[in-house]
Amino acid sequence: MKKMHLILLIAIAAAITILISYTGNLTTYETIASAKQKPGKFVNLIAKLDTKEPVQYDAVKDPNFLTFTAIDTLGNSVKVVYHNTKPTDMEKSERLVLKGRMEGDHFECKDILLKCPSKYKDNPEAAEKSVAKGNM
Amino acid sequence: MHYNGEHLLPGQIGHFFSILSLVASLLATIAYFKAARMNDLLPDRKGWIKLARTAFFVETISVLGVFFSLYYIIYNHYFEYFYAWNHSSRSLQFKYILSCFWEGSEGSFLLWSFWHCVLGWILIKTSKTWEAGVMTVISFAQFCLASMLIGIYFFGYKVGSNPFILWRQQMPDIPIFSDPNYLQLPRIAEGNDLNTLLQNYWMVIHPPVLFLGFASTIVPFAYAIAGLFKKDHTWIKTSIPWAAFSGAILGTGIMMGAAWAYESLSFGGYWAWDPVENASLVPWIVMIAGLHTNLIYKSTGYSLRTTYLFYILSFVLVLYSTFLTRSGILGDTSVHAFTDLGMNVQLLLFVLVFFIPAILLFIWRYKNIPALHKEENTNSREFWMFIGSLVLFLSAIIIAAKTSVPVYNKMFGTNIAPPEDPEFSFNQVQIFILIIIGILTAVTQYFKYKSSPQGYFSKNIVWPTVASLIVGSAICIWGNIHYNKQGIGFLVAIYVGVYAAIYAIIANAAYIWLVLKGKLKVAGASVAHVGFGMILLGVLISSSKKEVLSWNTTGIAVFKKDKKEDPAENITLFKGVATDMGKYMVTYVKDTFNTVDRKRYYEIDFKAKNGNEHFKVYPDIIKNNKGMEGFSPNPDSKHYWNRDIFVYISSFQQNDQPDTATFRNIGIKPGDTTFYSNGILILNKVQVNPEAQKDKFKNGETALFLDMTAITKDGRRYPLTPGIVLNNNELTNYPDTVKAQSLIVKFNKVSNPQDGKLEIGVKESGAITDLVTLKVYEFPMINILWLGVVVMVIGFFMSIYQRIAPQIFSKE
Repeated sequence: MKKMHLILLIAIAAAITILISYTGNLTTYETIASAKQKPGKFVNLIAKLDTKEPVQYDAVKDPNFLTFTAIDTLGNSVKVVYHNTKPTDMEKSERLVLKGRMEGDHFECKDILLKCPSKYKDNPEAAEKSVAKGNM
Repeated sequence: MHYNGEHLLPGQIGHFFSILSLVASLLATIAYFKAARMNDLLPDRKGWIKLARTAFFVETISVLGVFFSLYYIIYNHYFEYFYAWNHSSRSLQFKYILSCFWEGSEGSFLLWSFWHCVLGWILIKTSKTWEAGVMTVISFAQFCLASMLIGIYFFGYKVGSNPFILWRQQMPDIPIFSDPNYLQLPRIAEGNDLNTLLQNYWMVIHPPVLFLGFASTIVPFAYAIAGLFKKDHTWIKTSIPWAAFSGAILGTGIMMGAAWAYESLSFGGYWAWDPVENASLVPWIVMIAGLHTNLIYKSTGYSLRTTYLFYILSFVLVLYSTFLTRSGILGDTSVHAFTDLGMNVQLLLFVLVFFIPAILLFIWRYKNIPALHKEENTNSREFWMFIGSLVLFLSAIIIAAKTSVPVYNKMFGTNIAPPEDPEFSFNQVQIFILIIIGILTAVTQYFKYKSSPQGYFSKNIVWPTVASLIVGSAICIWGNIHYNKQGIGFLVAIYVGVYAAIYAIIANAAYIWLVLKGKLKVAGASVAHVGFGMILLGVLISSSKKEVLSWNTTGIAVFKKDKKEDPAENITLFKGVATDMGKYMVTYVKDTFNTVDRKRYYEIDFKAKNGNEHFKVYPDIIKNNKGMEGFSPNPDSKHYWNRDIFVYISSFQQNDQPDTATFRNIGIKPGDTTFYSNGILILNKVQVNPEAQKDKFKNGETALFLDMTAITKDGRRYPLTPGIVLNNNELTNYPDTVKAQSLIVKFNKVSNPQDGKLEIGVKESGAITDLVTLKVYEFPMINILWLGVVVMVIGFFMSIYQRIAPQIFSKE
């Protein structure tokens, strides 16, 4: 089965090449401090919304402009600009995964992934909170 | 303490059945295994089989018992059970009751288990001497699934998650349980509701079909294991219709999920290479590869080893996908995985307990599996079919490897994240797979098994090839495919892909006439291949020609200068104001709240500027539940035969505050200019009884209208014509508004007729700006994709029928 062996070899080589080239495209999860070290590099920032700072969004003026401040567990914060509509529930999210790159003084965000408490809806605390709220 | 209003019996019955199902499936496994190890002729064997069947019968009854107990609890809103409370509500529409089952992990395991029972009985009836071996595997899978539902602690480890647990047992520390009447508390009595995204008709049918697809992958697997065990490879004929069934049902289930994503999720499409989607696609691809190697073996004797491997892997990959989607490991990468129930170890064991023995058995028996040592002919069908299967398998491995990144992160503590453009990283590889598979799908049937006679292939393939080149060129030249986002190389690949897909369609359709001479009875494979080619073509065209229609051209969005790219895909619409959106004028007409499905529907009116089209779409939003604030949008589409206009509300703002602003009176003369907060107002001239306003006054009345222009700071101009109508002494006022500017202007009076001095009232109000932002896409030719799925599934069932009909009818 010489021909078949050759084809198998080619297939394996192709798979390995593709997967190795894929690793070149992969990005990393970063904290705000480490993202600031890598300006211009596409990263995934794990942070949350700084509720003390204003969230600027006005669909009348511009439905594609949102800016807010993100803060991470280490206490660093960064201004984020997102050229899209404001995700519903952003204020309620407990964690944000911000995909984009640092550009100058701010983080230019291409995509926001919200981690809402509902993701963990079977969590007793969440249920307890929700019931407590209903009773008040 | 005694609690009022609780119904403990259904839960006790349900839990009893859960445990009975665990015991019965274990018994069935042992009895079938005993029988499988015996020689077919031993008299004891019959006794074991009988015992095993009885156990499997009890198992089936138990699964049904669990199912109906849970159904009874949810149907009657017994919210003392956490599962019922957490997944349903009193105001939920009846048709979604079943969806409550599969919102939770436990209910979907139950569904899976139910299908295993159904398949199990079909196998008991049909598999004859294979029953013992095959049913050992299935009973054992039932045992594993049953263990997921018991929720009992063994040595400190929680095994399974019991859907019948009372809320107060699950979370005894919540203070409300000190109240004997806690069930009457409003938040409890109403229920936590079904996740709004699942309140969609696709979600009623997609999970049962998908889980039948998942469940069906066990049949070829079970035959393979039984075959390895008995060193008997004669099962391969029986497995072909089963593998085809699995391909049809799993394929349908996956595409129903895609239809759900397309219709109810605002991802902007039907496929996003989301890990959850990939996790069910990969076993399908491997199953299809296995089906083809199985066919090769049946006709030629080649590829038996690969068939074993693919059938084993297809089922194991289903288990792996269960692990991925239910362990919570995808948390950061997927938008719709199940929540973590704290059963990760058990889920991992579920994968390994099948994978490790199966693969060890395969390696151990490898030398024993017959293989031909003569090389396949390059002009034989099996050669090209094998290449196709290999390429499919390769594609599955690549998708699986990429999807498993969160698993590596967990294992090695790395923090690798998906690439910047995750969809493209899949597409750029899979497009080449598509090209190869498309071409192989087209040509392979034109070879004969073993060896094609000289000239046979080229004689038949000529016309389909020529026709495909013509049609493909026509599409590429006049099809306006200009997908340049990823550079010219990718665009060329798309063009080649279109040729390949067209080739697959035409060559397989032609095969039915050229070679099969129109005998549709044996054309199942060709029909399925035509459908598959249509899927490929639909994917290529609808994705590469997907167009954003809602480019913000209104000028309402004025971008910051530092902007490099322009993802301004959202357009803002003010209620009642026609807004320019490319070739359409779009108006947000009104919104209405439907109390039955609790959705707010927005009527959006589309009018083509060239006057040829006029339609309305009704995207809606539904208020989130489960403690989430805000709303989820559901898209709506206008379907044409050749394209879809796909619309969803990306954000909205409703103004229900009372209007507290007052009119500010300003004296003005024609030609004068005055200010408002966001620009200037010009009074051009005063018109007496103007033609344009004829509908507002009758003969004999005097009408005065002001021709005015509002010019905003950024230079946009809006016309305004406030006016008054005099009828003897009665005065009617017609104010005019610029909604986009929240501006109302009315004509108060003529203050001084001599010098033409007038008084106008200007009000700037927040109360008139009901607005929505829309995203609008056009998906051309998406119907080819959906139709392709239907054709492919028909083809699968034709070939299943063709294979099992002789068996069925010969028996009678």
